[in-house]
Amino acid sequence: MESTVLKIEEFYAYFGDHCVLNNVSLSIPRNKVTAVMGPSGCGKTTLIRCINRMHELIPGTRVSGKIFLLDEDVYATNPIIVRRKIGMVFQRPNPFPTMSIYDNVIAGYKLNGIRLAKSESGRIVEESLRKSALWYEVKDVLHRKGTFLSGGQQQRLCLARALAMNPEIILLDEPTSALDPKSTSHIEELITQLENDVTIIIVTHNTAQAARISDFTAFMYLGEMIEFGPTERMFTVPQDKRTEEYLTGKFG
Amino acid sequence: MKSGIGFRVAKDVIFRGMIILFSILSGIPLIVILYFIVKNGISSINWDFIVNLPKPVGEIGGGVSNAIIGTFILIIISSIISVPIGLSAGIYLSENRRGKIPYVVRLCVETLQGIPSIVIGIIAYTWIVIPMKSPSALSGGVALGIMMLPVIIRTTEETLNLIPISLREASLALGVPYFRTILRVVLPAGLSGIVTGILLSIARITGETAPLLFTAFGSNFMNLNVFKPIASLPLVIFNYATSPYNEWISLAWGASFVLVVLALGLNLIAKLVVRKWKVQF
Amino acid sequence: MLKIAKKNKKRDRLNISESVFRKILYLAGICMIVIIFTIFLTLLVKSLPAFRTLGVHFLYGKTWDPVSSEFGSIPFLVGTLITSFLSLIISIPFSLSISIFLGEYFREGMASSLIKSSMELLAGIPSVIYGFCGIFILVPVVRAIEMKLGITPMGVGIFTASIVLSIMVIPYSASLGREVIQLVPSELKEAAFSLGATRYEVIRKVVLPYARSGIFAGILLSLGRALGETMAVTMVIGNMNAIPKNIFSPSNTMASVIANEFMEASPGSLHLSSLVAVGLLLFVVTAVVNIIGKYIIKKLSVEI
Repeated sequence: MESTVLKIEEFYAYFGDHCVLNNVSLSIPRNKVTAVMGPSGCGKTTLIRCINRMHELIPGTRVSGKIFLLDEDVYATNPIIVRRKIGMVFQRPNPFPTMSIYDNVIAGYKLNGIRLAKSESGRIVEESLRKSALWYEVKDVLHRKGTFLSGGQQQRLCLARALAMNPEIILLDEPTSALDPKSTSHIEELITQLENDVTIIIVTHNTAQAARISDFTAFMYLGEMIEFGPTERMFTVPQDKRTEEYLTGKFG
Repeated sequence: MKSGIGFRVAKDVIFRGMIILFSILSGIPLIVILYFIVKNGISSINWDFIVNLPKPVGEIGGGVSNAIIGTFILIIISSIISVPIGLSAGIYLSENRRGKIPYVVRLCVETLQGIPSIVIGIIAYTWIVIPMKSPSALSGGVALGIMMLPVIIRTTEETLNLIPISLREASLALGVPYFRTILRVVLPAGLSGIVTGILLSIARITGETAPLLFTAFGSNFMNLNVFKPIASLPLVIFNYATSPYNEWISLAWGASFVLVVLALGLNLIAKLVVRKWKVQF
Repeated sequence: MLKIAKKNKKRDRLNISESVFRKILYLAGICMIVIIFTIFLTLLVKSLPAFRTLGVHFLYGKTWDPVSSEFGSIPFLVGTLITSFLSLIISIPFSLSISIFLGEYFREGMASSLIKSSMELLAGIPSVIYGFCGIFILVPVVRAIEMKLGITPMGVGIFTASIVLSIMVIPYSASLGREVIQLVPSELKEAAFSLGATRYEVIRKVVLPYARSGIFAGILLSLGRALGETMAVTMVIGNMNAIPKNIFSPSNTMASVIANEFMEASPGSLHLSSLVAVGLLLFVVTAVVNIIGKYIIKKLSVEI
């Protein structure tokens, strides 16, 4: 029986007067990989940025509706606390250039002034790097700065950094679009392994990727949630005509 | 038409030659100045010069120790005043790129940069020397601090503007509050540029004399009290160079040497800071 | 219950730190506005006694004599304007050459680094040292020239001050000019070359016109610097409070008269107030030059 970790109810988001999310409702199942896909401009990135309240950092934006993380109203809680429970990996890898790999992984703790015992932080670093399949490549150079790593490795470092906070959900915003095919398949492997520990929501414009790695798929178009369901069913017997047209490449 | 082309080619060659000539000529004053300062200055520098206080005319062995210490005290005071405000204003402008008030603030910073240093001296005199009824190191430090502000603010803003937004976003997405994001992620990433700005502004005010004429005023004694007048290298140079005494004039050459080494040295260090500390994205 | 209370406390603490931080940044910005206004108002208020007593005579009076309480600022306006413009005229061929040298002919390499470094060094030498060297190196030379020309060999005066000033302002216009010249798109230059133009012609007819707003901006920057320059000028201009008769006359600029007489004037006196008025005049003149400069640059760049 699947339980719901995130409930989005009648959610609207605006850039000034322009409505980018139009009455979106969605229930994200726990410990599964959910892909959000759609053509450019459909609002998928805006949606996940509303989940961890990054959208409101842009001036002139407005939202209405509710988002519940387990039973907490995300918009009634301090955004900082929300963001500590929801991790995010961005399109372009962005490790902190002034910190070592070790410090990058526990950056979430360090920057928040949370003191960890050395044994504790060492454990978290190793565990997170193992989960993101980077441990063996960097375990001897943990105290070097992370900028010498390749793109794929940097992205896995960012994943480790997000995982170290032990979040409920990890949001991935087109995490492999800036990477080469080999690194892409590494990351895709990781994602499927991680779902036992954490719920994953991945935004992707690559339908093949969504088909490969997700359990559930949501299809968005022009700010609206068109269809949501198990990936296998969506890709074989889509309910909505627009879903079918997108999947067969008629647009997007 | 062959002669036409020949004429044009000749013009081209002559032009290039003139450009090179004028460029080289521009460097000559520099060589002359440095030559004289080194030649006359080094002969004045000895242990007495560095350690002693100025002596009355006729006595040998006078030094500029009070001016050297004074210069450093003034640098410290002006930095204490200008660095916190300058950094904060620079961060403010970088974080608020649009808007009416940031626009006005930027305008004020640019205006401040263009104000002649002696006018700033008048202001410091009015606001600090008059109420205190005495010239002081403090008033000199304030005047110099005001002059440091535009450079610090401008370099801080420019440096921070170059830092990609993704860095801020990475930190904010981890749930780090805004002020910690700025202080512990953005600022460290821009540290080399910011430090360079501070060093350059110090280099600029080290040699400033005009604002000190009626604020710090100068002194013949060693003074560590910031509420009293204080000596400084540029003031010593100004006073001794325009004096008729040969001993004082040699002291001025020595002081000039020290001052030039200090000012140019700071510039050099600033350049090295950029090279070694610059963070790559 | 306790957990929620703790959470609320933490949230409140975070909120407070956030807003305090933002307020501090905002205040720092406002501080700058306050400083500018303070400067302007202070100058205005402290010079009011002079304007009240002397009236408009301050602005067109040709005599400045503290003893007889006559304070006309014309000598200093003339001194400032002549030295500044003269120094510009002298420096422009040199700074323009350097801009072209670094921007066109020698963009990289040893020659480029050498000239670039010497510009930086020139800009880094303190003003008082320029004055010092001016006294001991340049003044004897000018004195010799004056003797040859049959003029009173003082050595100090407008001519000497202008030369020293011109050396000091070269780095400013040179660096700005170089930046703009480097920015000229190569496609334009290549089009000209492909039509058979020589390098000189390309520079004269394509590069310089394109870069003219930046070059002009550099010149104005130099002018602003020259107008406010105090120490070097004070040390070699001869310090005479009268309108200069010719280019070799001693004179005074607005900045140098303040430097010379400020400490000698008794606090609260008309003399001091007049000096502050001269400071106000200097402030206004430099501000106007800067504003005009920015306006012209905006107009010229928009045309491009």
